[in-house]
Amino acid sequence: MRLLAPIGRLGRATLALLAAIGRLAIFTAQTISHLVRPPFYPREFGNALMQIGYFSLPVVGLTALFTGGALALQIYAGGSRFSAEAVVPQIVAIGMVRELGPVLVGLMIAARVTSSIAAEIATMKVTEQIDALVTLSTHPMKYLTLPRVLAATLVMPLLVGVGDVIGIYGGFLVGTERLGFNATTYLKNTADFLEMRDIVSSLAKGAVFGFIAALMGCYYGMNSARGAMGVGRATKGSVVAAAILILAANFILTEAFFSA
Amino acid sequence: MIRLTDVHKAFGSNRVLRGVNLHVPKGTSMVIIGGSGTGKSVALKCVLGLVTPDAGLIEVDGKDVRSGDRDAFLARFGMLFQGGALFDSLPVWQNVAFRLMRGALKRPKAEAREIAIEKLRRVGLKPDVADKLPAELSGGMQKRVGLARAIAAEPEIIFFDEPTTGLDPIMAGVINELIREIVTEMGATAMTITHDMSSVRAIADNVAMLHEGVIKWTGPVAQMDASGDPYVDQFIHGRAEGPIEAVR
Repeated sequence: MRLLAPIGRLGRATLALLAAIGRLAIFTAQTISHLVRPPFYPREFGNALMQIGYFSLPVVGLTALFTGGALALQIYAGGSRFSAEAVVPQIVAIGMVRELGPVLVGLMIAARVTSSIAAEIATMKVTEQIDALVTLSTHPMKYLTLPRVLAATLVMPLLVGVGDVIGIYGGFLVGTERLGFNATTYLKNTADFLEMRDIVSSLAKGAVFGFIAALMGCYYGMNSARGAMGVGRATKGSVVAAAILILAANFILTEAFFSA
Repeated sequence: MIRLTDVHKAFGSNRVLRGVNLHVPKGTSMVIIGGSGTGKSVALKCVLGLVTPDAGLIEVDGKDVRSGDRDAFLARFGMLFQGGALFDSLPVWQNVAFRLMRGALKRPKAEAREIAIEKLRRVGLKPDVADKLPAELSGGMQKRVGLARAIAAEPEIIFFDEPTTGLDPIMAGVINELIREIVTEMGATAMTITHDMSSVRAIADNVAMLHEGVIKWTGPVAQMDASGDPYVDQFIHGRAEGPIEAVR
């Protein structure tokens, strides 16, 4: 019997994983289904747009600026080993737009927004505010989940676009001020090298990452256990899950857009 | 008006309700007493549909609570939660007027605010409280705001979950009086759960004693002291010795 114990544990873990995937799938389907079923709460949607979009701009901008600058330095240093220093503008552009822009903005949003959503909703659950919503004839999924998920999905492409531009600008600043590139040539090389497919993939990744970030915050918040420990676990779990899913989705989307 | 018949509810291996039978006639105030963890809140939440019973029947006006339009059903209820359960992000008046600003009972914003201020006044709060956030209020004031929210849409049935928990005796007395007055003047049916005996005597028309998942005794509050039921006797006198184990 002791020999079979590990198999039993593996079986229980597999069942628990499948159950968790099932619960998340049902939660996702319920969220999407509320898109087409009134009532809607435009005020909550507007608040979510402000919180997720507008108030994330500083963190997104700073992250992209420093990353673009560091990327330019790295490409210049690495490229100089085989006399390829001149490709800095092109690689910064493609690196920021295709990968670093969406992924870093996604991860920063997971840190800033997912955690905040999970903590807020979990606290509401622990303090019976979710129950109060129900008794006041208001569906928590419609009032709390849908506005946040919809806002994040719509506003994230804009944030990623802003991040891409600022990241390229960070590379431009370092390139022209530190590495001696001509400003006009740098910008021309950047513009010439980027394709529409790069930009579309970047914005599409943003939408998917926004959906994931907000959905994870809501899911973990709604399923939080009681007490301060429950809220803490929900918050931590939401950020970890969002970050991993964003990275996994990034791989799948990159494969879909650029594998050919 | 409200009838629970053989209601069971378990959370995993913990059988909280083991066949609750209870009848609350229209326009009366029923108080459910019992120790912590005996399932009083679960019973209340089963009626509202916040918790789904495993077995049994819950009827309001002879209709199974699981059938019919859920929004219309919930519109008949008001509830005061133990901790107030006020929405942190909304000012006090929007908490009170929450139901009046959305859904079937939606009113123009100015009218909703006016009603909210009137309800705040009814529970003894001044209009200047209306624009504050719940976090800026004391526990007693939050309870009053919760009470104002519970009565804002003039419901037929009001539930009170531990209305005086965490309050000093004077504030608890004020809340008890308010509940009694409001229930009487609105002609509402009320269900209260508490282990505060002063609340029981102030609020109740009828009392039910819940222990180990079943109603051990029920009757008019006037008969409570002479109930002859050992569970009720031990509970209302706060004795450590008796059929209710002190350590659960």
